[in-house]
Order: sequence, then structure tokens, then C-alpha cells
Amino acid sequence: MSDVVERTLSVLPGLLGQHDLGAGPGGAGGPGRVSATSRLGSLIRSITALTSKHEEEKLIQQELTSLKATVSAPTTTLRLMKECMVRLIYCEMLGYESSFGYIHAIKLAQQGNLLEKRVGYLAVSLFLHENHELLLLLVNTVVKDLQSTNLVEVCMALTVVSQIFPREMIPAVLPLIEDKLQHSKTSELMYDVLDESLRRAEINHNITYAILFECVQTIYTIHPKSELLEKAAKCIGKFVLSPKINLKYLGLKALTYVIQQDPNLALQHQMTIIECLDHPDPIIKRETLELLYRITNGQNVIVIVQKMLDYLKESKEEYAIINLVGKIAELAEKYAPDNEWFIQTMNAVFSVGGDVVHPDIPNNFLRLLAEGFDDGKEDDQLRMYAVQSYLALLEEEDALYPQKFLQVMSWVLGEYSSLVADVDPEVILTKLHSLLKKTFVTSETKVWIMAAVTKIASRTSCSKTVDKLIGEFSNSLDTYMRQYAFELKHLCEDKALMKTLLPFDASCNDMVVDASLSFLDGFVAEGLGRGAAPYKPHHQRQEEKLSQEKALNFEPYGLSFASSVSSSGVTGRQSPTGLSFGSDTSGNSAETGHKETNTLKLEGVRKLWGKEGYLPKKENKVGKENEPQTVSCGSLLPGQAGDPPASRSDQVASLSEEDKEKQQLASTLFIGLGSNAGVSLMGKADTATQKFKRKSKINETQNSEEDSDFQNSGASDFGPLLDTVPINMEDCEGNIHTRLRKASLCSSDIVEDNLVFETSQSLKKSGLDDRLSDSMLSQSSLFADSNIEIFQPSPSAQCESASKPPLVPSLPEELEELNHSGVVELCQSDALALHLCKVWTDDSLLLTVFVSNKTASALNAVNLVFEEAEHFQILESPTYQFPVIEAQSVECCQKCVWMDKICTQGILSGSVNYQSEMETRLDFSITLSLLDFIRPMEMTTEDFGKLWLSLSNDVKQNIKMSCSQDSLSAALNTLQQKLKLHIVDIIGNEGILACQLLPSVPCLLHCRTHSGMLALWFRSPCSALPDGLLYQCQKVMEES
Amino acid sequence: MIKFFLMVNKQGQTRLSKYYEHVEINKRTMLEAEVIKNCLSRSKDQCSFIEYKDFKLVYRQYAALFVVVGINETENEMAVYELIHNFVEVLDKYFSRV
Repeated sequence: MSDVVERTLSVLPGLLGQHDLGAGPGGAGGPGRVSATSRLGSLIRSITALTSKHEEEKLIQQELTSLKATVSAPTTTLRLMKECMVRLIYCEMLGYESSFGYIHAIKLAQQGNLLEKRVGYLAVSLFLHENHELLLLLVNTVVKDLQSTNLVEVCMALTVVSQIFPREMIPAVLPLIEDKLQHSKTSELMYDVLDESLRRAEINHNITYAILFECVQTIYTIHPKSELLEKAAKCIGKFVLSPKINLKYLGLKALTYVIQQDPNLALQHQMTIIECLDHPDPIIKRETLELLYRITNGQNVIVIVQKMLDYLKESKEEYAIINLVGKIAELAEKYAPDNEWFIQTMNAVFSVGGDVVHPDIPNNFLRLLAEGFDDGKEDDQLRMYAVQSYLALLEEEDALYPQKFLQVMSWVLGEYSSLVADVDPEVILTKLHSLLKKTFVTSETKVWIMAAVTKIASRTSCSKTVDKLIGEFSNSLDTYMRQYAFELKHLCEDKALMKTLLPFDASCNDMVVDASLSFLDGFVAEGLGRGAAPYKPHHQRQEEKLSQEKALNFEPYGLSFASSVSSSGVTGRQSPTGLSFGSDTSGNSAETGHKETNTLKLEGVRKLWGKEGYLPKKENKVGKENEPQTVSCGSLLPGQAGDPPASRSDQVASLSEEDKEKQQLASTLFIGLGSNAGVSLMGKADTATQKFKRKSKINETQNSEEDSDFQNSGASDFGPLLDTVPINMEDCEGNIHTRLRKASLCSSDIVEDNLVFETSQSLKKSGLDDRLSDSMLSQSSLFADSNIEIFQPSPSAQCESASKPPLVPSLPEELEELNHSGVVELCQSDALALHLCKVWTDDSLLLTVFVSNKTASALNAVNLVFEEAEHFQILESPTYQFPVIEAQSVECCQKCVWMDKICTQGILSGSVNYQSEMETRLDFSITLSLLDFIRPMEMTTEDFGKLWLSLSNDVKQNIKMSCSQDSLSAALNTLQQKLKLHIVDIIGNEGILACQLLPSVPCLLHCRTHSGMLALWFRSPCSALPDGLLYQCQKVMEES
Repeated sequence: MIKFFLMVNKQGQTRLSKYYEHVEINKRTMLEAEVIKNCLSRSKDQCSFIEYKDFKLVYRQYAALFVVVGINETENEMAVYELIHNFVEVLDKYFSRV
């Protein structure tokens, strides 16, 4: 390495000289250099001299025209080209496209001397983006430069790689770059550096604070050391207390970052935080709210949400509103102390958030109301309160509510208004009716209202309003409204039918849907009898259309093509449902408003999985906590507020009125942050699954069960914690035990209930349903093991091969030992037969294609060609030529395949050409599943924790566990066997698994069982992978 | 990570722009206009960082010229704040009178 540096240094003076004097070692560069400077200079000068945008446009167009002529002239030297590039960069910077020069920039980077190369690279990195196709032309240059002995060239290449290289090109340069990395640092090595930095950073300068901030963040990120943590905490204090606004902002940001690891810090700085909450700068306010959001618990939720709502009312920027509304809704669902507050908060969310709120918010809210909790009485109270509050809101004549809010209102009124006995349904109908006539109500909302009216009408005997409404809308110009009016009219004529159609509180009941549409059979048969063409699904029609187009090749098709069409048809039907389901669930995680939520939850997860990193800090905290803790905690509890400890009452006496107010606010805000913080942190880890079931008793007890599990399993580790926080813990433990018992009772009840329900369901099922399940069965058996080929050789082909002397291909010995599928037939003609075997090697999917010559003479020049596929990438060449295949013999070729773009299932097609009497072509297609490319990924629990934190795309889904895998380990084993996931660790009712998509995209999975459900939580750097895997998980769990 | 580096005057005219992330050329103008609008609405005693959409703006004002840097969540605001000043000092030294 040192000789490289030396050589580079020896080159440098020349380079610098060239740069400074315009006369490098190249000699005659002097004049060119001068002119280059002056040309760019004069361009800039003439632009600044212009007075209007129009003139500028004219001038630049002129410039671009002349540049275009220059760069494309073959006589242009590299030196001149460099100069042109600089001007092109300038033009593009001003917003004028100069794409004609891109290719020349690449050439310059390829061919120029050091300085020209530098300009070429600069231009490339400015002109191109990571998806630009021209980038492919740069790969070779970069690889060459990375290997260069000249350090400057290496640096240029590294820079361009880091700037614009797309993911798929990384493998090409990765080994070279890895070579360049020399050290792997550990936390221990960092301690001294961090300590030193903190110690020396005394000078009062901005950049010092920037470095301090990084240090603090690092200290809280790496393996903790108590000494450093103390210093970091002090440092954060310095930031927070600084009068400089920028530093205060950084302090808040740091606090937000560390608050969950060290809630005491929030307590220490509570007064400052309160001040920041009323700061005139909205940015400071917003950052403070972010901080409060992270320390929210059941006790302070009311105050914090109120503060957030206050801010929301002043906020105008849409992005901020969406973000904040999401957070408020989340906190409200998670910590709502009572029904009234919850409904009122959600009302505020809907009215302030307007129609920009993420669709998940109203959906989740309605689902929460509909699914209810275990306590029916509680459910009804909540629903009744909702109905009452909406009626009150609709009372106001001229109020304008956002559409989404109106939709929520009408749904709730329609479903639950009958719960409120003292309100005449006629009154509600009148209100809804008047809404229907308002102009600001969109037609989508009108449909919601109409549905509500229909539901209410089903529960009343006869209503004038309904009749009036039918009369009004039966001739509405809006066809939807007209249709609904007619439907309503017909339903009203048959009340019995209407009641069975619209049963009360049945929104959550599963509907039995006859997916085969068998009730149409008679109609279809009649149609067919009259000579109608049989129905073909859309994709089949398209495929047929495509195959007809292909028929223009004048090539006959083998039998096998038909089978491939039908099977791909099946896969086409299967995958969209699965995928849409997956992407549905990922919808909320993609929403940026939830991003912060993710970090919040992930903090909790780390607590669970990091072997260390948590406990030492905990001990440290406990040690420090005794003194301030008891003060704040004791005095902050509302019940004891009148009885503050002596030390604090002195303090209080000296405070002004205003300060007292703040103190009071502080006590409400920071309540619950003290000794039970550990418990609340554990709770936070669980928020993911709690999301939709705010008060579900099962969930609550489940949590406590988890807590106590954790305590039991980690009893030895938590010894100090349990000892030093005796009061709370004893209480808690008592609670936990009783609740635990309830939980187990509860969950077993539910399991039984489910069983009973299912059996009775299945008993009730008619023959029709059986048929349905039959068809599902056959489908699932078709997919039962997607590893084994989906291509079933057609019966005729089987007969044929049975009657002929068998040409059975078999895998070479070295592959036979690896995991592989059975050999299946792809296609055949009179002369050739193609068979396929998938071999799942560690680093790719190896497709082994066997070509058997069935004729009595040798076949020459047999070409196997894979077509380019959207989702797959064939390493090396997509073609293979067998020079000769002897008579009655089998040759094989192997191709490594990666999945390029994620899909649950995709088709790789190809063809074989061979020369018999004439050129003959045989098409085939291979179905590849996502699972073909999934491999287990081995890692330690610790690595898992780290990787988990660094990943951003996540997908969560609860799936029902079947009876056969009632335990977590059974479920995980299924996943391990069927999906090739690696089980990293199992703790209590949680398990973590890891796998990778070839070549190396990791996907992590966190599983938790609760009351017969398996909560899956995927994370991966690639957004589509979790969706795909989730689909596969659901499939295998259903099948097993 | 730094997303873009802008020098814009009070009239909203871009003097220098450098994007470290691909942004369509026609979208740049819109973005730049919004960014400067956000900066102009801030007073001297407010902090130099603005949360804007899903990223942050760090800005410094030199007479009629704003230097604005767009960064993402992981970047250190204060370091960028100093970087701006450093950059301006370099410009000042190089061109001798800025």
C-alpha cells in the first residue's frame, strides 16, 4: 500500500502544476487551459449580464448547440472534451438538459488522463442516476480504476461507486472494495476515543457541539459503558440548557434518541422540556412533541395528546399533519384511559386531520369498534358513546366535516345507532337525509350514508323519511344514488329479507362466499346450450392472444405448450390474492407517518433480543435512580400531589405562580416514567400486535404473561432490578399472577370456542361448500410443495414416455447429494425431450436441463436459449449449445439463476432449436417460486438484533395457527422445513428467524404466539421480500 | 446524508445547486421555490433547522443569499450548519471578495 501512496504522491506535483499553471506534463496545454477557463467564465458572465429568463434560455440553447457540434466532432481532443464537459455541467445545473453529452462524459472517464478522468467522473456522477442505462458502460472503467496503483484514480472510482452505483452492479465491485477496508472496530476500541473526544471538546464552537452530538449518539448506540453514559447524559444536559436555539434543538433530538433507554434524563430536564413545548419556534415545539410521543404511557397520554392536538390546530403543512395525526391516533388506540376520551380524541383526529389522514386510521378505528373487546358491555358503552357524540356533532347545522369523518359517522350510526334506546331512529334518518342533500358531501360519502340509512331502515317498521328519500333519489341524476334508492325501495317492501340481509352487529362475522359462483351454473349451462362460447378468464384470453401472435412464426407447437399455459394460468390466479393481501398489510408501514413508530417499537425489540446492551445500563440506572426517582415518582402521582416530600416543598415555596403551573404540567407529563419504566418499555415492544385491539383483555393479560415470563426466565439477570424496586414489583407480581390465571383460562376458552365454532361450521356446510373445499384442496395439493414442480406432465405425455424405451435423465453425482427436486418433463417433440431438475445450492438455484435425443441418429448443434425474464437473472450466458447429442442419449446443461425482481412465482421461458429435416424449435417454460431462492441465514441473536435495527421495510400480520401446530416451536419448525428459514432463537412465546434471498438480501422474521394466533413481523432491506415471504408463510401454515 | 446543496437569493433565484440524489430537472425548480419560501418565513431567533416533508433543511443566511442544505434523518444538523460556513469561507478565500 505504501508504495502506491508514494507513487501517487510523486504524480501529484505534476497534476497540481497542471491545474495551477495550466501547463501540465502534457506540454502544449497552456493555451487550451486558458481558453477553457475563459469560455466557461465568459458563459457565466454573459448569463449574469442577462435580464430575463427568456434570454438566458436562448443563450443556453445556443451554447448547447455549439457544444453538441463540438463533442460529436471526431477531431475533438480529450482536453477540449474536458472543457466542454465543464460547460455542459453548468448548463445542466441551470436546468437545461444536455443528454447528448452523457456518453462523452463516460468516454472521458474511460480514456482521459488523471485530470480529464476526474472531470469525466464528475460529469458522470452529476448527469446520471442509478437507474440510468448508460451506467453499464462505466462498470469496466470503475473496476479498472479500483485496481489502479494510483490512489487518486482509486478514490475517483470509489466516489462514483458510492454515488450512483445501483444495487445490481454492486456485486461487480464489492470484492475490490472489501479489499480496501482494513479494520473492524469494536465498541471497546471506541471507548477511549469517545472519552477523549468528550474530554477535549471544551471549546465553545459549533463544530465541537456537532462532534459532541455524534459522540453522545454513538455512546448510546454501542455496547454501553456506565462511565461514558454518565458523561453523555451530562453532555445532553449542556445542549438542552443552552440558550442557543440550535443547540437546544440538538439537545431535544438527543433526548428523543436516548429517552427510552434512560427515562431519568427526561425527568431531569422536565422543566426545559415544558418550556420548549411553548416555544415560539414551531420546529422546537414539534421536536418536543416527538420527544413526548416517545415517553407516552397510560398515565400521561391525556396531556400529551392534548398538546399534540393544540399543535395540530396551528399546523398548516400537510406532511406535518399527516405525521402527527397518525401518532395521535396510535397513542389514542394504545393508551386510551376511557371511552369518552378515546372517541373525542378520534373525533378531533378526524376533524382536524381532514381528508389527508392515512386511510388506515379510519379503517382501524372502525375495525376496533366492530371487533370489540371481550367484554360485551364495554363494547356497547363505547359504541353508544360514539353514536351519541356523532349525533351531537351532526346537530350543528352548518358544520363542515371532512368526508372521511362523515363516512366514519355514517358507518357507526348505521351499525350501532339502535343501541341508544332514547333516540328515535327517525331523528337519525332525518339527519342523514339532510346530509345527503348537502353539496359538499362527495358521492363516495353519499354511498356510505345511503348504506347507513339502509341499515337503520331495516330495524324500523316504516319511516316517512325513508319513503321521502326513496322518492327523491329514485330519479336522481347520480346513477349510483338511483340504484341505491331502488335497492332500498325493494328491500323495504320485504322487511323479512331485509332483516336477514342486514343482521345487527354482524360486520365482523365471516361470510361464506361461494367463490366458485356455483349458483350461476344453471345460467351458464343455459348459455352454453344456446351456443355461447365457454368463459375464459382474462389471463387465459391474453395468453391465447399471445400464442396466436407467436403462431406467426410458422412453427408448430408441442403438446407441452398447452400444459404450460394452463399451469401458468393457475399460478396467475393464485398469486395476486396473496400478494395483494401482503401489500395491504405493508401499507401502513410504508406510510411515513408511522416511521417513527417503527423506531419506537424497535427499541423495545432490542431489549428483548440483545443479550447485553440493556442490563448494565439498567443496573446503572437503578443505582442512580434511588434519590431523584423517589422524589419525582412519589410526588407526581396525582393522589399524593398534596403531600410532597420536604425537600421538594421547599423548592415549591420559592417558585412563582407561573412556575408552579409548569411544575404541575410537568408532573402530569412525566408521570409513569420512573421506576416502572422498565415495565412500560417491555410493553412498548408489544405495541405492534396491540395496535388493533386496544383493550382486548386477552392482549393485556398476554402482555403481563409475557412480562412475567421474561422476569422468570431472566430472574437471575434482573435480580438487582427486582430488589431495588420492591414496592411496585410486589404489587405487580400479585397482579400478574392473578391475571395470568385469567389469561390461561381465557385463552383456553377461546381455543375451545374456536374449535366448536369450526366444527359446527363444517358440519353445517352443504355439498356446495364441500365442492368448494374440494376444489381448494386440489389446488392446494397442486401447490402443496412448490419445491416439487408445478408442471405435471400431461397424461398423454406420460403414456407416451411409458411406451417408449425410457431415456431417464439423472443428476450427476456431485449434484445428487445436494437438495434437489424430482426430475420433471418440460416438453418434448418426436426427436427431443427436455427434462428439468432444480438443485438448490447454497448460492443460487441451479437449473439442470436434460436434453434427450429420442431419434436413432445424432443431433447436431442443439441450442438451448433462455428468454430474458422480468424477474430472473441467469448468471453467465442465457444460451447453451450442445455441439452434438448422440442417438438415444441424454446431455445436460446447468444454469445458475437468481431472482432479480421479487415475485411469489414467475415464469422463465426458453426454447430449444435443433436441426432435423428442417430447423425446429421447441418452447418450454419453467415456473420458479420465491422459495427456490430463499436460503437459511445463520446468525447469532446479537447480530439479529443489530440487523433488525438497521432494516426499515416491515410487514406485520397475524395468522391463525391450525391445531396441528399449536405450539410456537411446532409452527417455527414448519417454517424452517417448508420455507428454509433459519431459527435463530426461541425465548418464551417469541421466536426469531432469518433467511436470505439469493444472492444476499436478508429477511428477518419475529414471531410471537398469542391466543391461537401467530404474529409475524418481517423486516428486510427490500420492500417486496417481506410481502412475498408472508404470502408463503400463510400458505404453509394453512397447509400444515 | 446530504440530499442537496442550494444557494438561493432572497428573490428565489437559484445561484448554485447540487443534488446528491436524482431529482427530475423540472421538479427541482419547484422544490427550490418551496425551500426558499420556507427559509424566508423564519426569523433570526428561530433555529436554523426546518423539518420539511420527510427530510430536514439546514440553512444559513449571508446578506441576501441563503445557503440551504437538504439532509435526511441520520445527518448531524450542526455539522452541516458548520459545513455551510466552511464552504462560504472557502468561496470567500478563493474569489477574494464574496
